[in-house]
Amino acid sequence: MRHIFAFIWKHNFFFLFLVLEVVSLIFIANRSFYHRSVLSNVTDRFTGGVFTTWSGVTSYFSLKQENIRLANENARLQRILTKSEITSDTASFIVADTLYNQQYHYTVAKVIGNSTSRRDNYIMLNKGRKHGIQPDMAVISPDGVVGTVVSVSENFSWAMSMLNKHSRISARLGRINQMGTVVWDGGNPSVGTLQDIPAHVKVLPGDTITSSGFSYIFPEGIMVGTVEEIYIEEGAHFYTIYFRFSADMNSLRNVYLIKNLFREEQTELSKNVIDE
Amino acid sequence: MNKLYGRDILRFFVLILVQVLVLDHINLYGFANPGLYIYFILLLPFEIPGFLLLLLAFLIGFGVDSFSNSIGLHTFATVLIAYLRPWVIRLAGPPAEYEGNLKPGIADMGFRWFFAYSMVLVVAHQLVLYTFESLRLAEIGIILLKTITGSILTLALIIVVEYLFMRKR
Repeated sequence: MRHIFAFIWKHNFFFLFLVLEVVSLIFIANRSFYHRSVLSNVTDRFTGGVFTTWSGVTSYFSLKQENIRLANENARLQRILTKSEITSDTASFIVADTLYNQQYHYTVAKVIGNSTSRRDNYIMLNKGRKHGIQPDMAVISPDGVVGTVVSVSENFSWAMSMLNKHSRISARLGRINQMGTVVWDGGNPSVGTLQDIPAHVKVLPGDTITSSGFSYIFPEGIMVGTVEEIYIEEGAHFYTIYFRFSADMNSLRNVYLIKNLFREEQTELSKNVIDE
Repeated sequence: MNKLYGRDILRFFVLILVQVLVLDHINLYGFANPGLYIYFILLLPFEIPGFLLLLLAFLIGFGVDSFSNSIGLHTFATVLIAYLRPWVIRLAGPPAEYEGNLKPGIADMGFRWFFAYSMVLVVAHQLVLYTFESLRLAEIGIILLKTITGSILTLALIIVVEYLFMRKR
């Protein structure tokens, strides 16, 4: 026994190296284990504090740009309000209020930490459990889809941005109504990939990609991006479509967190279908 | 000796903040992203005990990780190059013993020594980092591209910072 200790002590540099690498690997392999630990609450509070201070300084530099973005969004929303449309048909109908239950609840949040240079990018938001934020809420910016909330602490939350290899968002190709999946292959942070669009339809550059609403997370019809390049391999059944994200992931400031009030009911229902 | 460590501790915090608040937003052509924070590991004194070298590497990696929600990734890569460091120093030619109190920097060891020493560790760090970040064979092209561009950018930054903060001996 003494010899073993003597051996370990003699090679303490190597053994300490081994221990530290194993600890890191456990963290890498089991992220949820870390997120449930007390340690992650401490680091989240600390990083949240630093990010809040820093974004308090830097947000002044992008105020003008941010104002234009919000004004553009206001204009777009005004346009789709019922009162800005002229009713052209003579038939009238009554809108029964019970038909229009609220399905999505919106909360405003600020992006305080963000990266676009990694393979798996996450966004830190200044709202947390205290503000009713839960995992699996959608995050959108005034320009379009941004990501999904993955972990929440008392005052802050981490959202997985679309620039992440674990992100898969159900989307619809606007003009032809085809369903696909939005992923990110790494590299350029402004270009994403749309998969699963069958080869028999005609896709054109400039076609819009919006959220499908089938994931129970994003409301239907939120802008994701516009098609840029279309590829198909010989004999393949699906296109590989490269598109430009409509939201500039590198300059996010104000975002909305969206809670689907029927999500539990919907997932419960689909679970029943799978169980059958 | 103690004064020396004081400056290292300051450098530890400054480099983490510069890395996560500024450099992580740099993304030239979608690939090149500098990992300047390992400059901290490069500059630690020659005579630092092995266990301290590894623990400091673990801490700075963990610091950078907590800011980007990538727990373990930077920690792993940084501990690895800390482990390689004594070996690289031996390979690059360690400082002569009688001279004493030399630091691994351009001022003491010369440009060529420092460049070779930094290059090996920076490239190793970037390669391990991007490999573990992706863990997909299909993305090997992007991994190599990111390693090469990231290493060039990191090395260039290290050399610039090294000359900016060089002190007359």
